[in-house]
Amino acid sequence: MSQCELQNRISEVQFVCVELNLYLDTHPADQDARNDYYSYSTLLAELIAQYEAEYGPLQGFGHSPTNTGCWVCSEWPWEKR
Amino acid sequence: MWIYQKKLEFPINITNPDLRIAKALMAQYGGPDSELSAGVRYLTQRFTMPDDRLRATLNDIGTEEIAHWEMIGTMIHQTIEGASLSALEAAGLLGYYTLHGHGVYPSDPNGVPFMASYIQSTGDPIADIYEDLAAEQKARAAYEHIMNQTDCEQYLAPLRFLREREVVHFQRFSECMNILKEIYPNGRQNKLCK
Repeated sequence: MSQCELQNRISEVQFVCVELNLYLDTHPADQDARNDYYSYSTLLAELIAQYEAEYGPLQGFGHSPTNTGCWVCSEWPWEKR
Repeated sequence: MWIYQKKLEFPINITNPDLRIAKALMAQYGGPDSELSAGVRYLTQRFTMPDDRLRATLNDIGTEEIAHWEMIGTMIHQTIEGASLSALEAAGLLGYYTLHGHGVYPSDPNGVPFMASYIQSTGDPIADIYEDLAAEQKARAAYEHIMNQTDCEQYLAPLRFLREREVVHFQRFSECMNILKEIYPNGRQNKLCK
């Protein structure tokens, strides 16, 4: 996957996680939603790890253990592609 | 604390800038029903919520609002970046340019700067959640007013996403109101100090 494709894939999976997270905030006992949240969170972590190994850190403050690229030199999300 | 992720919640790439839309978008960057208002409102009200589910909802929706604020700022920035004086004047943005140049500033389309008085935090969870329900509806209406001003998919796609988030957040806050009705079946009269 290209950098852009992988980033979009992360956004898609992350969106599922955001939706499930907000739903679970008001339905914490819903076991089906908890299972979905767990599996999509696992997939999201895998995609982010893959992205960071190939293209550099996505998160600051020690949350992206990778030797690829650097936090300062990658483009900011508001910059035009 | 918060951890920043160097990406947008939804992709934005404006290559056909429309300065009139940048001006309209300021409603959602620094206006009364803006994403900034929403984020500050929820992240402030969360401290006095009486239930774990309500604290979680305000914390997490408040966090998502900050990501939406970044999306609006990105659209404004990509639109006004490098705009000529004549184009800014034609879009009614010469006053904005005089004060802010090509910078992004939290004001509404009429230039009124963001104010904390746009939000409330009453310490009364029923009053606060009713405000939040109204805020989501007002923001949805504002997005529709902005979407009515353009046919450009580069703006419409992220705006459609943001409008839909208002609908989902309203749904979650409706559930919060039901939780409050369980906690206070007779309203909050029993919480009066005297």
